[in-house]
Formats: sequence, structure tokens, C-alpha cells
Amino acid sequence: MSNGANAPLVLSEATQARFAREVAKFPPDQRQSAVMACLAIVQQEQGWVSAQAEEAVAQYLGMPPIAVSEVTTFYNMYNQRPLGRFKLNVCTNLPCQLRNGQHALEHLCRKLGIEEGGTTADGLFTIQKSECLGACADAPVLLVNDRQMVSTMSDARLDDLVETLKASAR
Amino acid sequence: MNLPDLSKFQASGRETCFHGRHIGAQIYADLDGTNWRLKDYEARGGYTALKKILGKDGGSGMTPEQVVAEVKGSGLRGRGGAGFPTGLKWSFMPRALPVQKYLVCNSDEGEPGTCKDRDILAYNPHIVIEGMAIAAYAMGTSVGYNYIHGEIFEIYERFEEALCEAREAGYLGDDILGSGFKFQLHAFHGFGAYICGEETGLLESLEGKKGQPRFKPPFPASFGLYGKPTTINNTETFAAVPWIINHGGDAYLKIGKPNNGGTKIFSMVGDVELPGNYEIPMGLPFSKLLELAGGVKGGRKLKAVIPGGASAPVLPASIMMDLTMDYDACAKAGSMLGSGAVIVMDETRCMVDALLRLSYFYMHESCGQCTPCREGTGWLWRMVHRIEHGQGRPNDLKLLDSVAENIMGRTICALGDAAAMPVRGMLKHFRDEFAYHVEHKHCMVGPGASRMAPRAEAVTA
Repeated sequence: MSNGANAPLVLSEATQARFAREVAKFPPDQRQSAVMACLAIVQQEQGWVSAQAEEAVAQYLGMPPIAVSEVTTFYNMYNQRPLGRFKLNVCTNLPCQLRNGQHALEHLCRKLGIEEGGTTADGLFTIQKSECLGACADAPVLLVNDRQMVSTMSDARLDDLVETLKASAR
Repeated sequence: MNLPDLSKFQASGRETCFHGRHIGAQIYADLDGTNWRLKDYEARGGYTALKKILGKDGGSGMTPEQVVAEVKGSGLRGRGGAGFPTGLKWSFMPRALPVQKYLVCNSDEGEPGTCKDRDILAYNPHIVIEGMAIAAYAMGTSVGYNYIHGEIFEIYERFEEALCEAREAGYLGDDILGSGFKFQLHAFHGFGAYICGEETGLLESLEGKKGQPRFKPPFPASFGLYGKPTTINNTETFAAVPWIINHGGDAYLKIGKPNNGGTKIFSMVGDVELPGNYEIPMGLPFSKLLELAGGVKGGRKLKAVIPGGASAPVLPASIMMDLTMDYDACAKAGSMLGSGAVIVMDETRCMVDALLRLSYFYMHESCGQCTPCREGTGWLWRMVHRIEHGQGRPNDLKLLDSVAENIMGRTICALGDAAAMPVRGMLKHFRDEFAYHVEHKHCMVGPGASRMAPRAEAVTA
């Protein structure tokens, strides 16, 4: 929850420059339009959107913190708590399910020894099921940390992906 | 946080777009995944339509009225799902009104089954930019946004890159090609909300709010983004415009069938051998489309098809095999062409199982504004869930009918209808299967049925 008692996150100059680029897309009196992009930037840099980050975004855009919080909580992809270093969102909607989307989710969970929605003990992986990623013909598909989509994920490719991500974290 | 190189896991487009099995492709023509840049697009004849209307091709140019008339004459209908005539929509814009007006592209492609706009934006982004610039000229709008599905973030970034190229080349800006025409276009990304594909939910989201749809009227053409006149079209709709300007509305109309002009991209997904996007002339038989996609997977028998994305009512194989793929034929058959997502299901699929996942989706994505949708979608899911798990009650099918019927038409936006229509379609064509589940506590398809739903899901009915 966002409240006035949270000291806002201090935004680095680099982060502010990224924010400014988003704000510039909109009319000067419509800075709020950049809130989704700013929150996505915060999440990319911090791994999640904390109440302190919401305060900072609110201050930067000149909007009430509760209005920022409404956005964070409405959209599925904002992390409202810290997650594993790699968030894997597996699409299990019907078109994917027809092509083993549910199986891919279960395979990952079994392999990593966690339940859907859970995070591995080493803090590396969080697995979530997700709604349509808009890549139905490439099923099974999953999204890595909101930004990279991987496609036609057979069990072998899933195993390979997990190893690749593990190796990059070493 | 930087991500490692995952390119070996990523889609190449070879299977979904550059497979050489389109028929008369306009939007996907001559793409190979590497030729998405401005210079490649120009080499394919790109931006000639924009030059033509601005009189920068040596000709006399076109007035905005002429552009709208050409689009009207083409029979182009909205490719996002509703199929509303594009030229007519454009004519609703108060072009001469001296206020800021906006143009918005709806690339929030989240209708389950659909992945066509993704391939357009990834492999031919400039065709969308050109289409939007032409639309902006026709409607007197100087600012536009392309709202891109948050889940395809890499494509959002590519579109930003394409915008930079177009600005540098003078196809976007304050004085486009020295004509005095001004149009600034920006990219915007969502972050995971199906409801933002609904045009007024999208506008709320663009304003930096929860994507909860607005009452209509007023329609966006009078009260849109920031309360200003706004036109919203789908990605594929804009992508169709340059061809229409170059070749004429009549030529476009002739490609399809009356009232259903041009080509349409279909996303063939589910139980087919070669899932992917197929651009074909509107009005082609479904059987031909299925053939392009390699037929039903594993040579199995076709059972059912959802012809227009998850929200469209399902149709049994017998109807589908006689159906042509256009707006009017799909509507006449009791379904809709929708976004062009064709979800194919073979004989091993259980319709209760399929509906269960769809019902979960609508419950999850209901924005919560309207009681019939917020409560009704959950109710539908709980009922389908208990039927699937052998706990169906004798009255459940009637109750499903009743809840679906009472959601329809009683909500601010179409998500309520979208949740109800699959239920009604399933009960219309596969009622026996649901009744069997209720009576026998197990599936009619038999032990060979390929079950998809997770087994151990707890639910409070």
C-alpha cells in the first residue's frame, strides 16, 4: 500500500532521463499518461514496484500516489512484491493450452520444485501462469522478466532455458 | 536488470509469417524478418501512398475528403474484431473543428488466438506508420499514439526505432515532406490488461489510469483521448490503407467479396499442423485456410473451431467446412470473424475442458466495474469448473444459459458479452457433451480425450 509515510525512492539521473523521454510524448498538462512507462522502468531497474517507488513516480508526474497505486494493482505485469531474479510467465490460455501450454507450466514447476506463483529457494526463479501473450501460433510461449518472449518451448528447450538463465546468474 | 541473450529461444517468424503460404498478400508481402527497416520498406514501394496524397509524387495530391471516399469505397472494415466500416468511422471525425484531435492505433493484441498484429509490427512496422499518417491527414489529426500490447515489449522497442527512422526521413514531423502537413506519432505500451483492447479502456489507459471502459455515447469521435475527438483503428486496418491509396478502393473491394473488401490475416492456432498467420483474400473457404495450415494436427478429425478469437461463439466442424471466411458469412453462421483468430480443436478435445479455460480468462480479466460481468464471469467459471470435475448439478446447464443471457447487453463494454458468447455457443452446439458430464460425472469424449486443465485446482462453488 502506498501512503504518505513512505519516503520516496530517490530516482537516479539516468532513471529521470528515461522518465523524461516518456513524458515528452504527451501534452505538457498530461504527464500522468507516462505513468505506465515509468512504472515499467522502475520495475526493470528495481525488480518490483515498491510503495516508495510509487511515491517517487507520483512526485515526478505530479499525481496522487493512490492514482499510481491504482495503476500498479490494475495491470497484471507489475510486480507488487519482490520476485525471483527471473520471472517466467507461461501462457496457459486456450490456444496455448491446445499446444501444451499447461504442460510447459507444469514441467517448469516440477523441474524447479515450486508451485505456480512460487519462487525458488535460491531466489532465481518465479513461475507464474499468464493470460494471452499474443503469440498463440508459437505456443508454448513464455515471457522472461516482462521483456523477452521465448517460443515453441518444448521440455528440452525449457530445460535449456533454465540452464541458460542459471549460467547467466553465476 | 539486464537479461542474457535468449535469441536462440525466440520466434524467427519463419513459421508464422515467412512460410510462403499466403494468398495475394499485401501486408505480409515479401517479408523475411530482416527487411523491416525504412530503406527496405521504401524498396518495396513504401511511403508512395503518403507521397501520392500529399502531391509529392509529381501528381496533384488528394484532398482529405478524397482519401476518406477512397477508404469508404474499399469496403475496408475494422480488423480488430468489430468489423465496423473504416471509411465511415473516419467520416465521423469533426475534421474542421479547431481543437486538438487524436489518432490512436490499437495494437493491444490480447484476444486469445490472435498474433497477427505482432508480426505486422515486428516485420513491417512502417506500413502501420504510413497508414496512420494517411489517416491523420484524412481526419486533420496532428498527434497519434500506437498502443502496443505490453507483453510484446521487444516489438514496442522496434516500433520506437521505426518511428525514429520515419522522423529522420521526414515522413513524420511538423512539415511532412515539405507539404505543411503535421503529424507526430508516439509509441505507448500496455502492461497486461486484456480490457485495454476495448477502445475506451485503452483511452483511459493512455491517460495513465486503470483501463476501465467508458460509457458510450459519447463516442471517441466526439469525446476521446483527453476528452478530444479521437479515432481508434486496429493495426491491421491501418496497414491496409497504403495499398488502398496506391491501387484504389475499387481494386481493394474486388479482392474480397461485396461488403468484405481486401485481404485478411488469420491466425491459425490450436490443433493444426502448421500454426501461423495466413493473409488471404476475404471470403476464402475455411477448408482452404485449414489446408494452408497443414490440416488438422496428426491427421485427426476436426471437431470444432472458434473462428474469430476466444470471444466468438464456437462452431462445429460441419458448419465450419461449409463456411467462407468473411464478416457476413461468419455472422450468418451464428459466430463472428472477430480478430481473425481461428482456434482449431480436434476430435480428442473436450468442450467442457475448453470452455473452462476461457471462462477463467474472462473472470480474470473482467475490470470489475459492472456487476453482471464482475460477478457473472466468476459464476460462469465456477459452474463450468464443477461440471468438468464431476460435480455438476442437474440444473447447471439452465443456470449457465441464464447467467450468460443476463450478462449479455447489461455491461458498459463488450467484455461481458465476450464472456457470455463462448458459453452460449458451446451450449448451443455441444449441449449433449455438457449434459453427459453432468449426468455421468466424467467426459463423453472418452479415455482418449486429451485433458488440458490442471486437475487439482481447489474451488469454492
